[in-house]
Parts: sequence; C-alpha cells; structure tokens
Amino acid sequence: VSYTLPYRNQNSTLQPERRLTEFVLEMSFEWPWQYNFPPFFTLQPNVDTRQKQLAAWCSLALSYCRHRKLYTLDVLEAQESPVFNNKKIERKLSVEAIQVVFEELRKKGNLEWIDKNKTRCLIMWRRPEEWGSLIYQWVSKNGMINSVFTLYELSNGDDTENEEFHGLEEWMLLRSLQALQAEGKAEIITLDDGKGVKFF
Amino acid sequence: MDRFMWTNGLLEMNETLVIQQRGVRLYDGDEKAKLEVGVVLLSTHRLLWRDLKNHECCVCIPLSQIIFFEEQAAGIGKSAKIVIHLHPAPANKEPGPYQNSKFSYIKLSFKEHGQIEFYRRLTEEMIQKRWESTPASQPITATAGLKTGRTRAVGIVGIERKLEEKRKETDKNISEAFEDLSKLMEKAKEMVELSRSIASKIKDKQGDITEDETIRFKSYLLSMGIANPVTRETHGSGTHYHMQLARQLGDILQAPLEERGGMMALTEVYCLVNRARGMELLSPEDLVNACKMFESLKLPLRLRVFDSGVMVVQLQSHSEEEMIASAIDSVSEKGSLTAEEFGKLLGLSVLLAKERLLLAEKMGHLCRDDSVEGLRFYPNLF
Repeated sequence: VSYTLPYRNQNSTLQPERRLTEFVLEMSFEWPWQYNFPPFFTLQPNVDTRQKQLAAWCSLALSYCRHRKLYTLDVLEAQESPVFNNKKIERKLSVEAIQVVFEELRKKGNLEWIDKNKTRCLIMWRRPEEWGSLIYQWVSKNGMINSVFTLYELSNGDDTENEEFHGLEEWMLLRSLQALQAEGKAEIITLDDGKGVKFF
Repeated sequence: MDRFMWTNGLLEMNETLVIQQRGVRLYDGDEKAKLEVGVVLLSTHRLLWRDLKNHECCVCIPLSQIIFFEEQAAGIGKSAKIVIHLHPAPANKEPGPYQNSKFSYIKLSFKEHGQIEFYRRLTEEMIQKRWESTPASQPITATAGLKTGRTRAVGIVGIERKLEEKRKETDKNISEAFEDLSKLMEKAKEMVELSRSIASKIKDKQGDITEDETIRFKSYLLSMGIANPVTRETHGSGTHYHMQLARQLGDILQAPLEERGGMMALTEVYCLVNRARGMELLSPEDLVNACKMFESLKLPLRLRVFDSGVMVVQLQSHSEEEMIASAIDSVSEKGSLTAEEFGKLLGLSVLLAKERLLLAEKMGHLCRDDSVEGLRFYPNLF
C-alpha cells in the first residue's frame, strides 16, 4: 500500500515507535458502514441517491486523511489507497468517480489542486482558521504570548509533540498563521534561515 | 415392394422414356430392398428399375399404381430420397421380386443425386397421365386394381388419399389468395380516381370536398398503412379495424398477461398473437396502432413506453406501485439481485425485470452496484 507518509520530514529518520504508531493508526481507523456496501463504489445515477453518496465519500475521505494526517493526495495513488479501494469486497472507485468526489471536496473548500492537470491536491480536513485557533490556544495556554517561534519549532518541535498540529505541513501552517494574522493575533516574520511568527 | 413386377425392361409401343437416373437404390418402406444399386427409369407409363451389373434383373411398376409421392431431404450420411405411396397390388399382378410386403410405400434413394430433376419429371408425368390417353400395347393390369383401391376408405390408403386431397385444397387456396391481388388493383383504381377528383377540385377551387369523400379518402389511406395525423386529431385515432383489433387483443392477452406478472414486451405480444392466429397475421404497425387505442377504448390494458424505448403491454390493474413494491421486497429479501436473478424469481423476461429494477432505482428505492461481476441492485440504504 503506497500513500504519502504522514511525516514529510526529510531530515529525521522514522523511529520504530513512529512506525508502530502508524500501523496502529491504520488498523484503528473506523470505517463507516457505507465502506462495506458495494453500491458505495458505483457512482449512482439517481440524483438524490448520488448526493447522499458523495456526502458520505467526502466525509470518509476527510476523516481518513485526518486520521492518517495526510495533507496531500495524488489522484493515481489514491485509487490504490484503502480509502477508495476496498480489497475485502473487491470494489474500488473508478478514476472518474474519484474526480467527482474531489470536485465535491473542492467546492466545499476542503481541497485545492496543486497542478493544472489535477493530478495532485492539498487536502484540508481542517480549515486554516481552525488550525490557527488550535495553535493559538496552545500558545496562550503555555503562556508564550509575545514569544517568537520558528515555523519548524511549531510543527516539529519537541514541545508540540503531543499537539494535533504537530507534523503540520509547512504550507498549511503558513495558511493557518496567515489566518491568525488576519485576526491580528499573530505576525509572520522573516528570520535568518526561514520564517517565524510572533503571537500577540 | 410387392407391387413391382419382373420385366424385360423394353419399352412398349406408345411408351417413351422420360428420364433415367443411375445410382438409385430401392427401399421397401423404410428398409433397403434386397436389390443392389441400379438405374431408375421413368417412362410415360411406368417406373422401371434395372440392376447396373445384372441387366437381366429389371422390375417395373405402372405409374397408375402411384397414389402420391414426396421428397425426403438428405441427411448426414443419408442420400436424398423420393417416397412413393402405392395402391395395393391388384390380384392378377404378375410376379415380382417380392411376394408380399408390410409396407405400402417404397423409396428411391438417390446416391448420385439427380432427385430434383427426377421428381420434377415424375410430377409432370403424374399430372399429364399420358398412359391413360395412349395405353401401351400390353394391358395395364393396374386399372382393375385402381378401382378396388378407390373403394377402400380406411387404413393407410385412406390416409394417403386424404393427404392428397389436402394438397389439392392447399393449391386451390393459394390460387384463390392471388385473386385478392386483382381486387386490390381494382380498389387502387378507385383511390386513384378519388384522389384525382379531389386534386382537380382543389385546383379549380370549386366547392368543398364533401365530408363523405374525406372520410373515404382517409380510410383508404389508413387501410394502406398510411397513418393520417389529421384523423388522429379529429377522430381520436385509428380506424374501425384497429378498434376491433384492440378489443380482440384485450380478450386474447388477459390470461397470458396475468401469467407473466401483468406485463409483456410488445415483441412477445406480437409473437403470441400471430402464433394464435395462424393465418391472417398482424403487421407490427397494426399491432402498435391497436395497442395505442387501449386507453381510449377503456380496455384494461395499456401500452407503455419506457425511457429506454422498450414498449410493453401491461394490465391496467398492474399499478406502478405494485411493481416497485415487488422489486423492493425481492431485493431486500435476497440482499441484492441482478436483472437475471430477479427475472427468474418472478418468471419475467430479463428485459422486463431490468426495467422494473431501473424504475425502482429511479424512484430512489434501490441503488446499483456496477462492477466487473455485473450490474446488481441493492436496497437504497443511503
């Protein structure tokens, strides 16, 4: 099974505990009832039925990505991912159907295409504003308002290890901070070796 | 084979050879005669057969002994044959290869083909009956036998005679049927005159075309198969013929429809009705036009066209809700069904079964699972 690993950390090697965590995460995902219902994998012609089906797919895709902390998806890889390919009942969503689901997600604001050919996309199972709020909560809870952080510290620092936003990809982190910035709660600054942020 | 007589094979005074064919074996009824393969000869008076190797072995039978004959097509490993049914041998028949036989027919087996031409010539001779007008110098002993043959009305001979009469009857019918063509031509003449008068009236703008003429014209057109849209508007639709036909269909189709769950594809109806009729078959256009009149005639049947274009006749009592309900029940009970399985369950054709499932899906009660395994329908749990 090939899909993007949750930790796109090129520098650190994955520790054995992380690998185990990953495995446990995979196994512990609770699939919704639709996942084992064969018609779920056929794009329904009946309009009303299709709406409900797509809603279920969007919800499943987002919750899976959230569970596995996936931030980007590749369309071709997605076809083989367990989300869209249920090997147990031998059904998988066709490429056309996957694109329909992705389009739905895009309309809802949970997906953004990276390239014009629509082969890769950003998955936002949590909106930037929501992330921003989470980060800010952590910052204020630890009394670190007025401190300056590098982006790396926030997403990969030891202090944030237990936080949900730990491992957040840079592009998403940036957008979240930009959202906070818009609310006047943070300011993105340029440091010697990258970007940083100050919270107010 | 007991009708045959030994002969020297020479033709008589007024007898002429019509055709001969080699490679023929004789059969006594269904069994091979105890003779070899030889040459069969047809003359104006007799049917002769001679052994190829032994020319002295020659038998014959007068043509008058023949009641009737027919072709038997070749099969795998079997040559084509001509089956000849014979009158019983007269008492004073001269000796032949068989004293008696349990069969009253013989067969000529054409091992080297030639049966088609032989059959044709034999037919000709049997029609012309030249032996009657120019009797051969030797007395034909079969004439006495002929009379005795005729008085028998029972048994094989009777059956054979009936068959012959039936054939004659069929011939007569065919020639009568062609008489209708001449009637059609007369009607066409009437139509042409009528249309000419209408055309000229329109041209001269002289008065209106009378109501009577209009109706006559339209009925002609419809009887010729040209559906007149004006008629449908003003008179509902169709002609008297279609109305009658619609009523007849209403009677015929009740039972079959009920057997088949209240719905039949129009093609099934066509086959059923025409098979029942035997003669005077319906054309597809007539059938469709008649079916279209069900509603206006308040008959308990309906012609229905599905989205896919499939046309069916269904019982009025057979409401849509019922069909959908039965589809939902069956699918829920079995968990999932394909069109074939559903059809088998309800005794429907696969086509109609699929239509029902599609209808239920359209109404949102079923959903589909389309995979390499085929198209299956599930209850809509979404």
